[in-house]
Amino acid sequence: MQTEIKFAGFGGQGILLSAKLLAYAAMKQGFFVAWVPSYGPEMRGGTAYCTVVIGDKRIGSPIIKNPSHLVAMNRPSLEKFANDVKPGGVILINSSLIPTRSGREDIIELIVPANDSAIAVGSVKAANIIALSAFAAKTKIVDLELLKDCVKAEFAAKAKIIPLNMKAFDEGVNIANKS
Amino acid sequence: MAKVLMKGNEAIGEAAIRAGCKNYFAYPITPQSEVAEYLAKRLPEVGGVFLQGESEVAVGYMIFGAAGAGERVMTTSSSPGISLMSEAISYIAGAQVPAVFVNIMRGGPGLGGILPSQGDYFQATKGGGHGDYHLLVLAPDGVQEAVEMTMNAFTLAEKYRGPVMIMGDGLIGQMMEPVEFPDTLKTEPSNKDDWATSGMDHRKSDKRNLVKSLFLDPTELNNNNLALKAKYDQMKREEVLYEGYNTDTDYTVLIVSYGTMSRVCKTAIDMMKEQGIEVGLLRPKTLFPFPEKPVFDAATKESCKHVISIEMSMGQMVEDVERSVKGRREVDFYGECGGDIPTPEKIIQVIKALL
Repeated sequence: MQTEIKFAGFGGQGILLSAKLLAYAAMKQGFFVAWVPSYGPEMRGGTAYCTVVIGDKRIGSPIIKNPSHLVAMNRPSLEKFANDVKPGGVILINSSLIPTRSGREDIIELIVPANDSAIAVGSVKAANIIALSAFAAKTKIVDLELLKDCVKAEFAAKAKIIPLNMKAFDEGVNIANKS
Repeated sequence: MAKVLMKGNEAIGEAAIRAGCKNYFAYPITPQSEVAEYLAKRLPEVGGVFLQGESEVAVGYMIFGAAGAGERVMTTSSSPGISLMSEAISYIAGAQVPAVFVNIMRGGPGLGGILPSQGDYFQATKGGGHGDYHLLVLAPDGVQEAVEMTMNAFTLAEKYRGPVMIMGDGLIGQMMEPVEFPDTLKTEPSNKDDWATSGMDHRKSDKRNLVKSLFLDPTELNNNNLALKAKYDQMKREEVLYEGYNTDTDYTVLIVSYGTMSRVCKTAIDMMKEQGIEVGLLRPKTLFPFPEKPVFDAATKESCKHVISIEMSMGQMVEDVERSVKGRREVDFYGECGGDIPTPEKIIQVIKALL
């Protein structure tokens, strides 16, 4: 069994970090994982995307054309990748920045106003954590407490911002549970 | 030690530290710059030296100098940078000093691109620099193997007193995977008193060492080349590494593929198995010495009708595969080298066209 998740958005939205935290939690849970960034000649403000592959056996090809799920943090990402997602997958749409929808009937849309919710808990910078926890709560790919511990550990060197990110994490879970 | 999640480039840097490498000189180039970034921070913590050279040409000779002084030394670069170092690599081979080179390959020729490639196979295995020399070339297929091979590379470089190369590609450098670091290696090259210009103060004998690659006397030069040849023959006997995948079945097609490309082939093989098509894979882990006999044996298995070399190049390793198969099977080739790694679906299409 293998699951692939594509995280996509603007450079600076914390896409690579969200993906890394998910990969880290999955590794802690005993899965095989690979975190594969796009590293083309990107510019600040351009699109950034990254794929996490989680499996119960050693991962063969880490290059994934059709991921199981998509976390789209901005409109160009949704437009570019929505059609690649396998039927039955989850597409998280950051509705704070994306006024449109995927246009697909065979996937599950998870609408998360990640930026607005992040501002409400204290800082727009936590939007990626809200999206991550909402996605994880919806798909149950990894244990939520374990993922939360990984978020905490990631910010260990910046203890000041841990409470903000913990609040953001809980808010993301709430949004997913209510959807 | 518990598993950690690391980028290939950073893991290679940490592996070098754990192998006792205290000297790392480099010049930044995508997609391997994170090795330099990582070691610039880590080496001072363990009393080592990181130095950014003014160019890869300079870095090559810094490596030569440190290696000649008996220090454990490494550099990392990507394709165009390795071309610039190739002169020094030839001198290092000629002077018989141990050094570790890492090539995180990108597309070429020229500046090419920055995406993954396997276009430097010829350069690594057939020369690159001038003269009769070989690098011992190790090709990892992921972050864990990159760590193990980097650590072993120092042992091998010292065993053979010559340059060893790790051949990764942009994907292995940039990707994060869980890694576990093996125990640390011993930190002193065991035989360095015999050859290194490490300073008379530290040495037991009074013998004065000279590190050089210039031998104007024809007999002396011939002897130096015979000594190198003896090492390469020994490598062929003792250091060949490879992996077989699905080779215990009655496969009709044998794929030969290495590094990142071999992982895509494994996925394709699993998918074809579900469709009732058996395909075997032989993955060279050493590119020089090339696993000639294992390739021959796998290719000439009775059930095997086709052999194909699949590479992220326009056909380089295929020549070694043909050489190994000795005409007993026809050898086909498939490759792409723009930076987009062929998908498992594409590999399946290529294999089915053979059947």
